[in-house]
Amino acid sequence: MMSNDSTDAAAESAETSDCAQTLRELDVFLDGELPSEQYESIRHHLDGCMDCLGAFDFHAELKIVVAEKCHTDEMPPGLLSRIEMCFGTDFDGDGQIG
Amino acid sequence: MADQATFAAEAMQYAPQLYSGALRMTRNRADAEDLVQETYLKGYRSYHSFTEGTNLRAWLFRIMTNTYINSYRAKQRRPDETDLGDFEDLYLYKNLGTLQDASVGRSAEESLMELLPDDEVKQALEDLPDNFRLPVILADVEGFSYKEIAEMLDIPIGTVMSRLHRGRKAMQKALYGFALARGLTVAQENG
Repeated sequence: MMSNDSTDAAAESAETSDCAQTLRELDVFLDGELPSEQYESIRHHLDGCMDCLGAFDFHAELKIVVAEKCHTDEMPPGLLSRIEMCFGTDFDGDGQIG
Repeated sequence: MADQATFAAEAMQYAPQLYSGALRMTRNRADAEDLVQETYLKGYRSYHSFTEGTNLRAWLFRIMTNTYINSYRAKQRRPDETDLGDFEDLYLYKNLGTLQDASVGRSAEESLMELLPDDEVKQALEDLPDNFRLPVILADVEGFSYKEIAEMLDIPIGTVMSRLHRGRKAMQKALYGFALARGLTVAQENG
């Protein structure tokens, strides 16, 4: 029969290994590429673990920030016209080529 | 078989996204414009081989990625296999975490949006070596799946995953470096 101390230690070590396992899947989870069974098991862990949830939230937001900030470039106004000239095609639908 | 006459109507809507992607790949406007133009020319010429009903945006990005790898990467003569070094996982989170706690009432997203200026995010991405930069652009900026990226770059899915992981870590390290350089820790103390 296990003493209380060793039960706590066992529980703690199980938790730590759950966290390590969960954090290993962070990228794949956030990329939406985890098989549904594993996805659910991560979700379940996140429901009860604020530490891991914090890390997942942070990286989910970081992904959004990177995508948004790297999509702010204005296309040079002449580019579509230049492309049209190559084809002789009215790409922008303004009734003229170029 | 896709009709060439419909190419313009179907494909031109993706030009702004292709241009953003091209800028992150080539790192300069002149090359980015040429790359987008070449992508549309190649797309137009080979549109008959596009299977209607499949993802046209992914098809165009595949053409652009191949064109970049075959022409522009060679032209820029940048080292491919630069060693990124190894950084600890959750690097930025561990270092910026306290800042989030300090910003009461703001969501993590708002904090990061404010903490990380556009230019620094772009720079951190553009500073990555090609092998890591291309997967990060395709996944995190353009939102393609591992499978799509593996096809575009002609590498196994496992390689996509490991390059993404290492590329993202290096980017986070760079972002933290930029933040420190403009005195973020001072702002933190004052805030």
